[in-house]
Amino acid sequence: MIETDILIIGAGPTGLFAVFEAGLLKLKCHLIDGLPQPGGQLTELYPKKPIFDIPGYPSVGAAELIDNLMEQIKQFEPGFTLNEVAETIDKLEDGTFIVTTNKGTKHHAKAVAIAGGLGSFEPRKPVIDNIAFYEDKGVEYFVKNPELFRDKKIVIAGGGDSALDWSIFLADVASSVTLVHRRNEFRGALDSVEKVQELKKQGKVNLITPAEVIEVHGENHVNALTLQIGDEKQQIETDYFIPLFGLTPKLGPIANWGLEIEKNAIKVNNALDYQTNIPGIYAIGDVNIYPGKLKLILCGFHEATLMCQSVYNLINPGKKYVLKYTTVSGIDGFDGTRKEAEKAVVKSID
Amino acid sequence: MNDIKITIIDREGVSHEVDAPTDMNMNVMELIRAYELAPEGTIGICGGMAMCASCQCYVLNDVELPEMSDDEEAMLSEAFNVKENSRLGCQIHITPEIEGLLVELAPEN
Repeated sequence: MIETDILIIGAGPTGLFAVFEAGLLKLKCHLIDGLPQPGGQLTELYPKKPIFDIPGYPSVGAAELIDNLMEQIKQFEPGFTLNEVAETIDKLEDGTFIVTTNKGTKHHAKAVAIAGGLGSFEPRKPVIDNIAFYEDKGVEYFVKNPELFRDKKIVIAGGGDSALDWSIFLADVASSVTLVHRRNEFRGALDSVEKVQELKKQGKVNLITPAEVIEVHGENHVNALTLQIGDEKQQIETDYFIPLFGLTPKLGPIANWGLEIEKNAIKVNNALDYQTNIPGIYAIGDVNIYPGKLKLILCGFHEATLMCQSVYNLINPGKKYVLKYTTVSGIDGFDGTRKEAEKAVVKSID
Repeated sequence: MNDIKITIIDREGVSHEVDAPTDMNMNVMELIRAYELAPEGTIGICGGMAMCASCQCYVLNDVELPEMSDDEEAMLSEAFNVKENSRLGCQIHITPEIEGLLVELAPEN
């Protein structure tokens, strides 16, 4: 069981900055995220895009901002449960919470802060009538274990980096790799496109463009697909179909936690501390809604700060906390480090 | 003239003729969000960077639109429910030239 003061669900910019603000209050944080790396939509959707409205940064790349936030919170030693989705929550009699992920990892926390942004990212599934039936029976939306495909026939669909990268990787693993894309041009790194072209020349990747997978066939496991190639339909045999069309955010299991939801977001008390209708559960950043809400990263930072102050009071009832400034009091990291402004002490003036 | 008329058919099939300002550097996706013609979280997920196709719409009349950028074309090549007249709402900027535009929101995927 992972123990922490604040369990933060979502490792986007708001969740990450909450670790810093909690650290100043000596509160330990642990983060859960469905993605394999921190950063949320910044690293998943637009890592190379510049952001212009972060105070103090005339311009900062989305991935760079995440790198900086990770550096900023390092001293507070946050824990991470990545690649797992927070699935259930149980409130114990003492007011603390147990949050369990889809993989069974349990977390015990004094407070929970949902910083889920747009929600958990789920694969975008192609519009094929019976595709749900074949999920885990030959239709795979992620390549979790490449060995699954060893010496198998696979068809990958998509035109982005994931489709290109996995076609390249699996060319040496699978018995055959077919890459299907709706157009002739690919939206990926030039290097990857060139590698796929080379593999096509070598006969290691079978490229079918412009084309689309429109039907999946098989008894209890995929054994063939129907492709639409121009006006023609063509059936090809395969053991696996891997559609890689990116991710789309959904609120996910937290929608079933008994929280008040409005417009796909979690209602909070914005006049006070961004607490939800369940005491001890907060929602900060893009995932919350309240009158006047603005979905901006800088607003998420502000909400994270107020949330941490509230959790401090929740965990330490009656204990007086005076707001401190890092310029004055410095930062005491949990790792034993201390950062403070240099002080020039003049003992006497002649 | 700062406002033009644009008609948007929402995902329920309901038609809305709305006033669209031409002096706010807005696009059709933002217009749809401003008038709340699609639930929050179902449109403009990537913020308008042609990276998610959640604002895909079908252009139903012959109002001339600017040509697609490579980004828009690439996104639509990966999106679902794509038709010949598909465009991304976030890439259609509101200018006086698109007065009378009629679009229908593509289904949410």
